[in-house]
Amino acid sequence: MKRFLLAAAFFAVLVLLWDAAFRAKIWSPVLLPSPWQVATYLKGVAVDGTLAKATLITMRRLLLGYFIGLVVGLPLGLLTARWKLFRDTIGTMALGLQTLPSVCWVPLALLWFGQAEAAMLFVVVMGTLWSVIIATETGVRNVPPIYPRAALTMGSKRLHIWLTVILPAALPFIVSGMKQGWAFAWRSLMAAEIFVTILTGFGLGQLLHYGRELNAMEQVIGIMVVIIVIGLLADKIFFSPIEKFLHRRWGTSQA
Amino acid sequence: MHRAVRRSTAKEELQPIAPSKLAIEEVSKTFQSASGTVLALDRVSLNVAEGEFVCLVGASGCGKTTLLNIIAGLEKPDSGSVLADGKPVIGPGRERLVMFQEPALFPWLTVFGNVLFPLKLKPNLTHKDRRDVAKYYLELVGLSRFERANIHELSGGMKQRVSLARALAPNPRVLLMDEPFAALDALTREQLYGDIQEIWKARRKTIVFVTHNVREAACLGDRVLLFAPHPGRIKEEFTVKLPRPRDINSVDLAAHATRITKALKDLGRADDAATK
Repeated sequence: MKRFLLAAAFFAVLVLLWDAAFRAKIWSPVLLPSPWQVATYLKGVAVDGTLAKATLITMRRLLLGYFIGLVVGLPLGLLTARWKLFRDTIGTMALGLQTLPSVCWVPLALLWFGQAEAAMLFVVVMGTLWSVIIATETGVRNVPPIYPRAALTMGSKRLHIWLTVILPAALPFIVSGMKQGWAFAWRSLMAAEIFVTILTGFGLGQLLHYGRELNAMEQVIGIMVVIIVIGLLADKIFFSPIEKFLHRRWGTSQA
Repeated sequence: MHRAVRRSTAKEELQPIAPSKLAIEEVSKTFQSASGTVLALDRVSLNVAEGEFVCLVGASGCGKTTLLNIIAGLEKPDSGSVLADGKPVIGPGRERLVMFQEPALFPWLTVFGNVLFPLKLKPNLTHKDRRDVAKYYLELVGLSRFERANIHELSGGMKQRVSLARALAPNPRVLLMDEPFAALDALTREQLYGDIQEIWKARRKTIVFVTHNVREAACLGDRVLLFAPHPGRIKEEFTVKLPRPRDINSVDLAAHATRITKALKDLGRADDAATK
């Protein structure tokens, strides 16, 4: 409770500082709207359903792309960890492509898929896939060999060892890879939505983009706040509990 | 063909099982290293009787762990064979469980989950039976209170106790122990010497125990086999006929240990002379 109050007080102070800067008229109100203008805008789009609709569209793209990235990336990561052939080929490719900022996929996706959902999806998958592959590979290769050896003596065989020993043993790495993949997917989707207008749905990135076109700074900042809040919630609701569990079980660090 | 599947119960599962007889015949093993081919084991032969407690002693790198791994089926010999009850060992299996120097417990499972792990691999047991068996062995090693604990919350000695419970749980015929107490403090070790002798008596296992601690070997073994390095081979054999349970600090034991230590030292000198 005390921690929550402290955090709340911190953010309240931030908003007050922002408000003070607005009142001091250091910048034109066109460039820096007041917190209340932003709040009013958010209330407006929340009431008329624009915000919910845009959030839904964005989340659908994100989750679908992320899910595909995981489903493809996990097995590929296992393959690269297990066989040299895959490590030298897919592993090297993943390593190279992971260094490519995912926004760089946007021009290619546009030319290949046109202004369509497929382009968005492609960019998100490219953002997720490589870090999931690499994290899974790293995780598996860091499993102490004594674990599978011990399992072998207890009568565990190939597939059983992979499922009940190597995968769980690699879990801390895999989860941190999933988290990184999530962050990359989120970033690349926002970049794609800002650059690409598509007719099948307006996401948060597009709202942000039109905020700029209309010179509506309260919209720009408002949507940025929404994006930040979604990122925070994803972390607190999804990743945080998993990481806490891992820390408790493995005894790595006490959060 | 129809065959009735017979479920064994927890009670049956907990009955002591007949220990194995091991026959190691002319086992050789070489390794490739940076400095060339190393002969880790040179035609080693050894018979272990049912329910016998045999200790392998020697300097590190003399091949005793390699021999243990070959008996376990984790490694294949270049030549020679290992027979357990007359049947050749072709791979690892739960008849011959290994207790490693590091506890090798799975950190993603609780203490209870770890002991349950080998039992889940045993067919024909109900879920409840498996849990009963796991509980029995945790009780046996005195860790019932910690079944919900995470592995990292245990001390080194407790970890090895869990490891022992996990190795005993599927009721193996042979227990292979690779310096299981080497990383523990002296006090914990002494307790475990008592425990292991008691459990060995109660559960009737054939035990092959690898150590570099001569006193430990004299305390635990019916027979102590002295390993010589370069190439790895069994050099001498000592029979320890002392009543059990043995106390590591007893004077009678010290006499045996001194005898073995002297042989070990002579070996070391001979080896030094040979390599010069």
